[in-house]
Amino acid sequence: MRFAWKHKDLLGIEPLTAEEITYILDAARAFKQVGERTVKKVPSLRGKTQINLFIEPSTRTRTSFELAATRLSADVINIATSASSLVKGETLKDTARNLEAMNADIIVIRHSAAGAPHFLAARLKASVINAGDGAHEHPTQALLDAFTIREKFGRLSGLNVTILGDVLYSRVARSNIWLLTKMGAKITLAGPSTLVPRVFEQFGCRVTHDIEEAIRDADVINLLRIQHERQRKTMFPGIGEYAALFGLNQERFARAKPTALIMHPGPINRGVEVDSEIADGARSVILQQVTNGLAVRMAVLFLCTGGKL
Amino acid sequence: MKPLWIRNGRVIDPANHVDAVRDLWIVDGRIADTKPPGDAEILDATGRVVAPGLIDLHVHLREPGRSDKETIATGTRCAARGGFTSVVCMPNTTPAADNTGVIAFIKQRAAEAGGVNVFPAGAITKELAGEELAPIGSLKKAGVVAITDDGRCVQNNELMRRAVEYAKMFALPVLDHCQDDNLSADGVMHEGYWSVALGLRGWPAAAEDVIVARNILLAELADWHIHCQHLSSARSVQLVREAKKRGVKISAEACPHHFTLTDAALKNYDTNYKMNPPLRTEADRQALLEGLADGTIDCIASDHAPHCAYEKEVEFDAAPFGIIGLETELALALELVHQKVLSLPALIEKFTVNPARLLGLDRGTLAVGAPGDVTVMAPDWEWTYDVTQSASKSRNTPFHGRQLRGKAVATIVAGRIVWREE
Amino acid sequence: MSAVPLMDAAALDRALTRMAHEIVEQNPAADALAFIGIRTNGVPLARRLADKVGAICRCAPPVGELDIGMHRDDHGLRAELPVVEPSHIPFDVTDKTLVLVDDVLFTGRSIRAALDAIMDFGRPRRIQLAVLVDRGHRELPIRPDFVGKNVPSARRERITVRLAETAGRDEVVLEK
Repeated sequence: MRFAWKHKDLLGIEPLTAEEITYILDAARAFKQVGERTVKKVPSLRGKTQINLFIEPSTRTRTSFELAATRLSADVINIATSASSLVKGETLKDTARNLEAMNADIIVIRHSAAGAPHFLAARLKASVINAGDGAHEHPTQALLDAFTIREKFGRLSGLNVTILGDVLYSRVARSNIWLLTKMGAKITLAGPSTLVPRVFEQFGCRVTHDIEEAIRDADVINLLRIQHERQRKTMFPGIGEYAALFGLNQERFARAKPTALIMHPGPINRGVEVDSEIADGARSVILQQVTNGLAVRMAVLFLCTGGKL
Repeated sequence: MKPLWIRNGRVIDPANHVDAVRDLWIVDGRIADTKPPGDAEILDATGRVVAPGLIDLHVHLREPGRSDKETIATGTRCAARGGFTSVVCMPNTTPAADNTGVIAFIKQRAAEAGGVNVFPAGAITKELAGEELAPIGSLKKAGVVAITDDGRCVQNNELMRRAVEYAKMFALPVLDHCQDDNLSADGVMHEGYWSVALGLRGWPAAAEDVIVARNILLAELADWHIHCQHLSSARSVQLVREAKKRGVKISAEACPHHFTLTDAALKNYDTNYKMNPPLRTEADRQALLEGLADGTIDCIASDHAPHCAYEKEVEFDAAPFGIIGLETELALALELVHQKVLSLPALIEKFTVNPARLLGLDRGTLAVGAPGDVTVMAPDWEWTYDVTQSASKSRNTPFHGRQLRGKAVATIVAGRIVWREE
Repeated sequence: MSAVPLMDAAALDRALTRMAHEIVEQNPAADALAFIGIRTNGVPLARRLADKVGAICRCAPPVGELDIGMHRDDHGLRAELPVVEPSHIPFDVTDKTLVLVDDVLFTGRSIRAALDAIMDFGRPRRIQLAVLVDRGHRELPIRPDFVGKNVPSARRERITVRLAETAGRDEVVLEK
């Protein structure tokens, strides 16, 4: 059985078809098994070089991509700079030139500016994988979220998925919205009106500012982190008010469906987005998301380097 | 200098209600009505349109200070190639044109370039900081034709009011780049579906509308002219339309990119589509077309804003706003005629009699005795824009490779052909 | 393309029966035997061989399914990618005699990939190779231990094996 994978890069979920998404999730099942064996390595990317370019810092995503590449037998180099030193020193264009000169096969980039992966992909022969660009997309997060949901429910189509929190500035929300709508799930977005504006209805989502209503029929509740770094003081009055109005506490959780899954891209603000007990409880799949992240990233790396394009 | 005889062209001179095939003479740098004795240089304009020299009242020539992006010499060459005989240059240079020294420098450089006419605009406030009035009277003496803080916008309404009242004394129109700094803070494009899809910070049309409304009220209060630059929003057009009905001294301009493109063009994060005001929605674009058709929008201007390649070739957030436009402006404007939004004479008004009237210039007309500034154009000439051949030092345009219809074929300033199509 | 039939259902069954006897003959200690089928057609063939061997020696050798997509040597060189799925080997391969089963042996590269893949699961005592058809044109030094039928072929020709479990009928055809 063969499949024509036509993308050199993975810049977002938006350009993918439902069929391509399904192919990634199916392949990820095979790669998950690799991590369960004694020999946790396959030779598919032997001799290939992956550079992790994390301009915006992140330990967990970077480690996940590093481990994914290593398990595929690729060599990994980590470059981590803060955005400010990049501005003082090298431009993104010069960074791209240097990467080209290093003859890397894969560049995994996380950057605070939306469109930075597109910038590199247009200039490099290497496969560019977006690990998060500003508020635009975080495609592997949405893929691992989908994998986790599918693992539990056997499907994505027809499920009610609620995404709760700071949607406006969230790349995780955007990638999830693209993926879940392509796969036939029904999405509800919930949070303060300043962070969950009506414009999202144009993306096929239901928008509500009432958390009770949002979680009542949800099969999956995906909690977003309230972001301090990109938050402007004008958007809402503070953590205390957010937790009181939109925090997933025990009382609200009790009124959700007994089969509802709790997800979070991490890191969690315990006591703000969600109560500790719920985050650690039986219906939380937050840890499985991390494991699945590795499998999904292996699948993505395998695919983007696998076809002769 | 020999007289210039422009033969057999379709002369369209809206200022004098002329639209007929006839000859035109320029003698001693001025329009004449009879053939002079002796021989003349002949420019055959058969099949062409002959108009008063076009005026672009919004360009950035970048000198003094950023001659790496553009100089007065290269910018005026662009103007000539685009068919423009006069340009009004904006004061956001380094140092800003908030003192007579800079104005004198600009005039000197323009004279050295020896091409099209350069009319400087002076600043409203010192260093364009929006805090203290610039020496507007001295600037008028030094030769500015208008004042503006373009690049920036005076946020303090009381200060703006006083500036308008003061400018009235010198009969200087006030031009305004209408933008509320707080509503637009951190934004890089129009706030709407596309800013959400692309994950970029946007700012709403209201940031422009609120200042247009402010300007209408202050123009009424001071009973003096405020000209709203580069309108991009449907609501702005509507506000100006209603204010004009009431007789308020308000006017407006639009740039070709705003009536040609929309925010959907930003889909690939190409910084050649990043400008301020930003490209907005199709509904806004349609409102601009209506505003041009019904006269709400008086002028068309380019907001020619050169930037070096290295400055624009960065991630979208970091790129400066602006595109060059002098060489594509006429063709994009002629699209309005091809699409029957405007007649050709009505379009020519927007480049001639309207800006001239606003600025109090004795230009934009082919009346006898007027300065011999003429633009000869071929409205149906099909060509492809190749920015690599541009006279500009910069290359930041979204129109490279675009098929265009309509071109200037000769640009004449004071009876001298400063540029012609080979 | 014209299709030349090489084996019908009866011929296929006779070949497998003969191979099963050969396997038992070469491996007197049948209780350490296990079969590993290479996806896709190798799997039903492995099950059939395991059943036949089991009938001969009255035992039940285990059967595993091996996916070789992650071990191929042509990653990045072809326009299309394999669909990779999890392997399913429900027994420990260490110290076992494995009979690796595939439908057609051609260049030998799939078998090389399968050998690498199996090593990720443990350390077999011995690996033997059983193929239904050997069509020649080896590019690596791989040789089968048990062969159903030798079919000399031109490179351009295609040999297709269809099995009842997946395609509804048993046959082997050559397409020119």
